[in-house]
Amino acid sequence: MIKAEELALKQREISVSEFFTKNRHLLGFDSPAKAILMAVKECVDNSLDATEEMRVLPDIYVEVKQLSENRLKIIIEDNGPGIVKEQIPRVFAKLLYGSKFHSLSQKRGQQGIGVSAAVLYSQLTTGKPAVITSKIGLKQKAHHYWLHIDTVKNEPEIVKEESFDWGKDHGTKVELELEGKYQKGKQSVDEYLKQVAIVNPHAKIIYINPLNEKVEYHRVTNEMPAEAQEIKPHPYGIELGILIKMLKSTESRTLSSFLQNDFSRISTVTVKEICNKANLDIKLKPEELTLQQSEILYKSIQNTKIIAPPTNCISPIGEELLIKGLKKEINADFYTAVSRSPVVYRGRPFAIEVSCAYGGDLNKETQVRLMRFANRVPLLYQQGACAITEAVQDTNWRPYGLQQSTGSLPYGPLVLVVHMASVWVPFTSESKDAIAHYEEIIKEIKLGLQECGRRLGIFIRKNVKAKEQKEKIDLFTKYIPELANSLSSLTGEKPKILEEELTKILNKNLKDLLRSIDNAEIKEEIKEEMAEKQDNKKEKKKSEVSEPKVPIKKSKKEIQTKLR
Amino acid sequence: MAENKSKKVLEEFGDKIVSQIKKGKNPEIEMTLRNLSNIIYDTKQKILKLGNKIQSRSFFNLAHSKKFLQTVEVASVIKKELLGSGKHSSLRDVFYMVKRTIPGTNINLVEDQTESDKALEDLEVITDFSREQLHVAANKMGSVAGKVIIEDKGDTIDWSKMGSGGWSIPSITDELKFKKVSAKYVLYMEKAAVFERLNEDKFWDKNNCIIISSQGQTTRGIRRMLQRLYEEHNLPIYVLCDGDIYGAYIYSVIKYGSIALAHASGRLTIPGVKYVGITMDDVIKYDLKKHFIKLDEKDYARIKQVSEYAWFKNNKDWLRQFKMMKEFGAKVEIQSLTSKGISFISEKYLPEKIKNKEFLD
Repeated sequence: MIKAEELALKQREISVSEFFTKNRHLLGFDSPAKAILMAVKECVDNSLDATEEMRVLPDIYVEVKQLSENRLKIIIEDNGPGIVKEQIPRVFAKLLYGSKFHSLSQKRGQQGIGVSAAVLYSQLTTGKPAVITSKIGLKQKAHHYWLHIDTVKNEPEIVKEESFDWGKDHGTKVELELEGKYQKGKQSVDEYLKQVAIVNPHAKIIYINPLNEKVEYHRVTNEMPAEAQEIKPHPYGIELGILIKMLKSTESRTLSSFLQNDFSRISTVTVKEICNKANLDIKLKPEELTLQQSEILYKSIQNTKIIAPPTNCISPIGEELLIKGLKKEINADFYTAVSRSPVVYRGRPFAIEVSCAYGGDLNKETQVRLMRFANRVPLLYQQGACAITEAVQDTNWRPYGLQQSTGSLPYGPLVLVVHMASVWVPFTSESKDAIAHYEEIIKEIKLGLQECGRRLGIFIRKNVKAKEQKEKIDLFTKYIPELANSLSSLTGEKPKILEEELTKILNKNLKDLLRSIDNAEIKEEIKEEMAEKQDNKKEKKKSEVSEPKVPIKKSKKEIQTKLR
Repeated sequence: MAENKSKKVLEEFGDKIVSQIKKGKNPEIEMTLRNLSNIIYDTKQKILKLGNKIQSRSFFNLAHSKKFLQTVEVASVIKKELLGSGKHSSLRDVFYMVKRTIPGTNINLVEDQTESDKALEDLEVITDFSREQLHVAANKMGSVAGKVIIEDKGDTIDWSKMGSGGWSIPSITDELKFKKVSAKYVLYMEKAAVFERLNEDKFWDKNNCIIISSQGQTTRGIRRMLQRLYEEHNLPIYVLCDGDIYGAYIYSVIKYGSIALAHASGRLTIPGVKYVGITMDDVIKYDLKKHFIKLDEKDYARIKQVSEYAWFKNNKDWLRQFKMMKEFGAKVEIQSLTSKGISFISEKYLPEKIKNKEFLD
């Protein structure tokens, strides 16, 4: 028998880095093809966040080089603010270190895991250190670091460092060697950067892939995304554990000031209401609350009416830029975008934006191309597990002129962009591939999709359907000789005369015929609205007005034809 | 010179269109509307009739132009190919005579036979001439056996000497001559298989009657023949169908007429016809419940629909039958009687019911 003491010798703390060494799939590094994408993605996300914080228009350079059969090198360079010398090792070589986890504001990264996870993966698969170059200002020297992660301590290990003059004002450059497999297609670095370009029309990105192909994504606006305000957590959005942690670590001296200072939307009146309900003295020291008291406090917070959090912490892309982004990367006939006002789920504000491009070069026969984004970051994996996908599948696209079998993505020459901007995007896992299925979120997405769909439907009817109708009118010219011949053999009249007369009548009536097509269009629009209303009611009662079809029983054919 | 009359009426139809065209008008065909909304149940005569609603079809209208073309083309084909030559053709033939691809398109003038059939029915309504008068017949489907001697195109035929298949009823029966009719009633049945059973048992001989079957819906030829036997020879007509809503409808078509052929009711319907079975009461009396077939949604829908037709909605006996069908949630076939013995139907069921006059009206 093993004694507890012996077991104790084996029991020790596992560092975050060690944990992820063994569970790298949790961060998305689970296949060679995905690893390369994740590494590029983490670096590019950081670059975009950094430039935005500094309010400079991002110039980003991305290069992926093939070193050997399954080893690649990635280089990402930006013109961001750079990182002060002392922080560089920790930012890149310590997991869960970052500026983003502790604040509630809309950023691409959330946890401070991303880039250091890429460094860790590089180290695990090649043993090579990460090479970081950073410069923070004009008259400064650039710092050059070769870094490893001490996985046991989760601390950076500086292999080598030096300073030198770098020919740019400020910025950061990351070089990583890693095991991976470069590929093209829907889940590739190429696709990722293309989608980044679509939702970041203010960014200029130059990309060189392992095939030495250079792609330039142009900047089409000089407008930076609005700065997102940081907000304090809203009391509805926290869990008991977090509340306890906040009580212990707060700088506020009393329960009253804790509630007012550490949360948004709590006034003195609300404090009184919460504390009365919980039967707690507002002057209690937060750190002295017992577990039981904390729990009572938590419950009474949930039972108190508190106004929704401010929504100025959301920085949507905006309809105009959504369209610009699509236009520059996708050649289509029709573009539209819907940017919905921010709303709240579980105390966390978020906004949904939907845009689409239709027609043009897009494939008519395939399912629509769905591009999912969270805080301007493309989500390329786990489409099936994502709330966005569910919302698209749940929306009835047929009234808008697309084909769709119930419960699946519609078919047609359409690119559909759905963006969720939020201070906290609820992902289904740490690899940040799919948005979790919150009812409020799905509802908002669907409303956005419907608005987009309505506009798309109008376009399709006006242009595509009208074209079809015009083709039908052309049919008259084909029918005329047929009718002339039939009538001729029926009556003995000369077919030529009949043909000429019929053509005259057609030309005379052309205007009326076109008008009747317009009317058909209006009818379609009404039909669509009705369909939507029904959809929203979620109750599709079968109308009993129409006569049910009669089955063919054996050969009782006539019954059927009679009751057409 | 019936043929010439038919020919003339089609030409007149064409001339009307030509004169509209010459006046520079969008050519238009007007005809009585043929759907349920324009069907009137004449309670005095007990037949279905067309009302006065008119529909018009114009050539330069996206929704009408193809149908317009089809109607004119069918008229022209009939005039050219059939009338004057003395020949007859089937509905299927007409379909093939009309079918072709319109040059410069991938559109067929008629896509399937229902379209050419409809065009013909339109012509019947427009010209007031029957399909038979236009020399077009349906596929023949039906047999007869019994103590009757007829003459058909110069041949004398004895319906009692036609072997196991019976005499095959032609699609046009207007010109048959009944030379000797010794039978006392006519039994019409929905199913050919039942006909074979009764014929093998010499039911018509033992009961001194005529047995007639078609398959499913009754063809016009048979309806016309039944009407002539009823009117010219005062024979009662009894109908034997499956115990379901479709059987009831088949019976009603023979009795009152049908929606699609309401324009021809006068020469097809037999108000005096009676329904002998299978009824829901038979199910109880002869213990047929174990042969029930479950009703599906469509059956229920059809029951609802049929019981709302004007010619059913005041008929208490039938409404009671429909109610029982719904309560049982089931229907039953004629052949289920076989479970009582192979000749139960011919030796017991039918003779008893007819003798006791257990009919539905």
